[in-house]
Amino acid sequence: MRKIWDIHGGVHPTENKTQSLSEPILQAAIPPYLYVPLSQHIGAAAKPIVKVGDKVLKGQTIADTSAAVSVPVHAPSSGTVFAIENKTVPHPSGIDDLCIVIETDGLDQWRERKARQNFNLFTDDELLSIIRNAGIAGMGGAGFPAAIKLKSSDSKPINTLIMNGTECEPYITADHSLMLEKANDIATGLAILAKIIKPKTILFGIEDNKLDVVNGIEAALNRIDFSTHSGCTTDVRVVTFPTKYPSGGEKQLIEILTGKQVPSRGLPADIGIVCHNIGTAVAIKDAVCLDQPLISRITTVTGEAVKRPRNYHVLIGTPVSFLLEESQYQADQNNRLIMGGPMMGFALADISAPIIKTSNCILAPTEAELPTPPPAQACIRCGMCAEACPASLLPQQLYWFSQGKELEKLEQHNIADCIECGACSYVCPSNIPLVQYYRASKTDIKQREIDHRNAELAKRRFDARQDRLIRLEQEKIAAKQARQAARKKANPPNNKPPAANASAANADTAATTDNTEREATVKAAIERAKIKKATHSKTTDDPVARAQAKREAQLAQDQADPEAKLKRAVESAQQRMKKLQVKLVAAKDSGDPNVNILETGLEKAQSKLVSSQKALDDYKKASNSED
Amino acid sequence: MALMRVTSPHTHNRQTTGQVMQLVLLATLPGVLALTFVFGWGTLVNILLAVVFAIALEASALKLRKRPVKFYLNDYTAIVTAVLLAISLPPYSSWWVILVGIFFSIIVAKQLYGGLGYNPFNPAMVGYVALLISFPVAMTAWPAPIHLTPDTVTIPNLFDALLIALSVIERPMIDGFTMATPLDLVRQNDSLLLNDLINEYPQFGRWSGYGWEWANLGFLVGGLFLLQRKIFTWHTPVSMLLAIAIMSALFYDGGSSNSAGSPLFHLLGGATMFGAWFIATDPVSSAVSNKGRIIYGAGIGVLTFIIRKWGNYPDAVAFAVLLMNFSAPLIDHYTQTKPYGHSNIK
Repeated sequence: MRKIWDIHGGVHPTENKTQSLSEPILQAAIPPYLYVPLSQHIGAAAKPIVKVGDKVLKGQTIADTSAAVSVPVHAPSSGTVFAIENKTVPHPSGIDDLCIVIETDGLDQWRERKARQNFNLFTDDELLSIIRNAGIAGMGGAGFPAAIKLKSSDSKPINTLIMNGTECEPYITADHSLMLEKANDIATGLAILAKIIKPKTILFGIEDNKLDVVNGIEAALNRIDFSTHSGCTTDVRVVTFPTKYPSGGEKQLIEILTGKQVPSRGLPADIGIVCHNIGTAVAIKDAVCLDQPLISRITTVTGEAVKRPRNYHVLIGTPVSFLLEESQYQADQNNRLIMGGPMMGFALADISAPIIKTSNCILAPTEAELPTPPPAQACIRCGMCAEACPASLLPQQLYWFSQGKELEKLEQHNIADCIECGACSYVCPSNIPLVQYYRASKTDIKQREIDHRNAELAKRRFDARQDRLIRLEQEKIAAKQARQAARKKANPPNNKPPAANASAANADTAATTDNTEREATVKAAIERAKIKKATHSKTTDDPVARAQAKREAQLAQDQADPEAKLKRAVESAQQRMKKLQVKLVAAKDSGDPNVNILETGLEKAQSKLVSSQKALDDYKKASNSED
Repeated sequence: MALMRVTSPHTHNRQTTGQVMQLVLLATLPGVLALTFVFGWGTLVNILLAVVFAIALEASALKLRKRPVKFYLNDYTAIVTAVLLAISLPPYSSWWVILVGIFFSIIVAKQLYGGLGYNPFNPAMVGYVALLISFPVAMTAWPAPIHLTPDTVTIPNLFDALLIALSVIERPMIDGFTMATPLDLVRQNDSLLLNDLINEYPQFGRWSGYGWEWANLGFLVGGLFLLQRKIFTWHTPVSMLLAIAIMSALFYDGGSSNSAGSPLFHLLGGATMFGAWFIATDPVSSAVSNKGRIIYGAGIGVLTFIIRKWGNYPDAVAFAVLLMNFSAPLIDHYTQTKPYGHSNIK
């Protein structure tokens, strides 16, 4: 017996697994329409490569992508592309998303397939591209593209490959039935994984409520010589451990089987481990050996509102309603429809949502089975949640801080390490939907990070603009000084040797051309900025912004043409003087006590006019001599 | 068809706060029975009146705060507070003593702070301390154990006990009906060797105070029952008891006239077990992490002993608990748990 470790916390909800295991896996019928979402997992959505009206064959790629974290999508059966439009997809928010709707023809006609008898003939890269192109995303839950997880990295060598056959969620038996019925396929898939990963150890983790599969799995594994495939001595073990939720979480399973913890915010690869679900192994086997992409999966349909709970081998895109019909669904007795298990699954908004690559269970419970949660009572900080938390967090504190939106405190208390398993809510005697608070808080934290980033970016842009303006100003001053210096050299007060004079003149010409060129670019840039400003001010309704834009445009113009600025100064001084004179006359007539003030103002305006006139003359002289 | 839209988890282990509180009430039974057996009907009458007052005050406070009365009364926490306070009060306390105590517990310590879950201090202990400071005479008049009462004093029956509490008939205040408690005797002693003291006064029993030891054992049994039902973890009560044992062992002094009493005397004397299993374990006002609870419990134990030995009050658990209630947020700040994946972060 290999040593196993215990994880902190965990709960023991009623398993309810026998109901759906009473019958073998049944091949579900082909529905008249398949709704295939383009985004079925973490990462980017694929883009359709078929048009409405196109004939498609089973297994044909219908949407593809070049994004790194993404996989293509294939037609689950043959037929015609009926529509490419937004449809209800299985998502906690109940949103619509782009789906390719295929009207099936019932022929279920495959595209051309090339069976690969011996996968050892292929290089790892070829195998990885086969796996990616087969659209395989993790079948365990999150649906992370499998090929990415398999890509080796020299900095993080993998010693241990873990097969996850835990299936710790109550009710779900998709993996259980797969292990019962397809042990050999799992073993072959595992051999392909071993060839790519080359692990020293393979651990096949199974909870001890599924001991009936152990013999079959061990026999299947024994038929394969893993060391030949991996090219090194590989030790393969089936490890059983006590049933406890959430032992099947990747991090939890790793600790149970190896005693190691995945570093917070890290990946299992950081400690030399990679973990794959058994469903993924079967999908990889189908893709590599049979050239069949991921177009179907095993889904458990269970709950007291269906008369025939069982497991189905079902095409991706099959509407949940269609599958429920096959299980004799009693809609009037059903209180909520859950995709996934009762601990982490989400309630479906619409019964027509399709089965996707990660849909391991459809749970249709009655009210008596999973009652409507009673209203939450006050938290008495009893600490049962902390005892149940598999991440060793303090859920009662997180709840307290979530209520107060104390995001810093939440981060200090490591809310990021919450895996949202629901164990805390499960034990809470006050019926507080704790996980819901954590989800909301995590979103708040994410939003705040985005806001911070945007603010930081805006600040950087602003600073860069300021720097640029200062630089342009300095360049102008420098150019002016250079010109003046050159002029002085060109007209030296005393006699210099003519040769030196000539070279100075040459340098002067060179400098001038240089400057004119630079000035031209600057002017063009300013012109562009002005146009941008102008269009911008047109689009904005904010008078302040408009005024600012106008002022900035004015400034830009002034920089381009200092003479105009000076002229304007003279004009405005003249205007001001005129106004003041009129006012003064009026004040004198009416005997206003402000006469003195107006007189001083007039004097000031006069001196201003004189000085601005002088500045203008100076500038004109300077530019004339320059020319 | 309207499908319910709720977030996971969809299943629950179906234990409610109300049920937890009912278990706590059930667990007080052995101790309450022992108290009744030793000191007469007074404790039961205390409980009866306290519960009635607590429900009335809680309901009116909820009404004033415009909260659903029945929903909150169903959590049983007001009743638990009332029972815990009633147990702490001397048997045959007057109705107005109980009413004032409950007022401080329910209205001041709980509802004014925002109700259940928001009270920084243990409500029962706030009520107790308010009474102790306000009415020291009434609060220190513990009746003598029935078996030590002279034959000249008639022990009130249940009905008389009720009438005494309601001030309809006078409480027998003659000597012999009330007696100094063993804790008082040990504290005030400065001339006798401990053994002589124990031999001279009948209030001492086999291990601790006569009768007190049985009440303490009763509360120990109740506490262990709650521990077995996982209502709380062992950390607070065990560390509190350990701290008391260690402190009393340090100051046992070999049984001299200066001795503070043996560890067993302290563990089974006064309100030790009641405090450890029913007061210190109040989750709302205590520290949250297991490490924090060890510190919290140990703090209560140490303070209890210090106040017993050098303080001026009959017992010290209430003050010790309130002082540690103050410290709980600080303890929480320094005793965060280390979550999964944080031990090996580089």
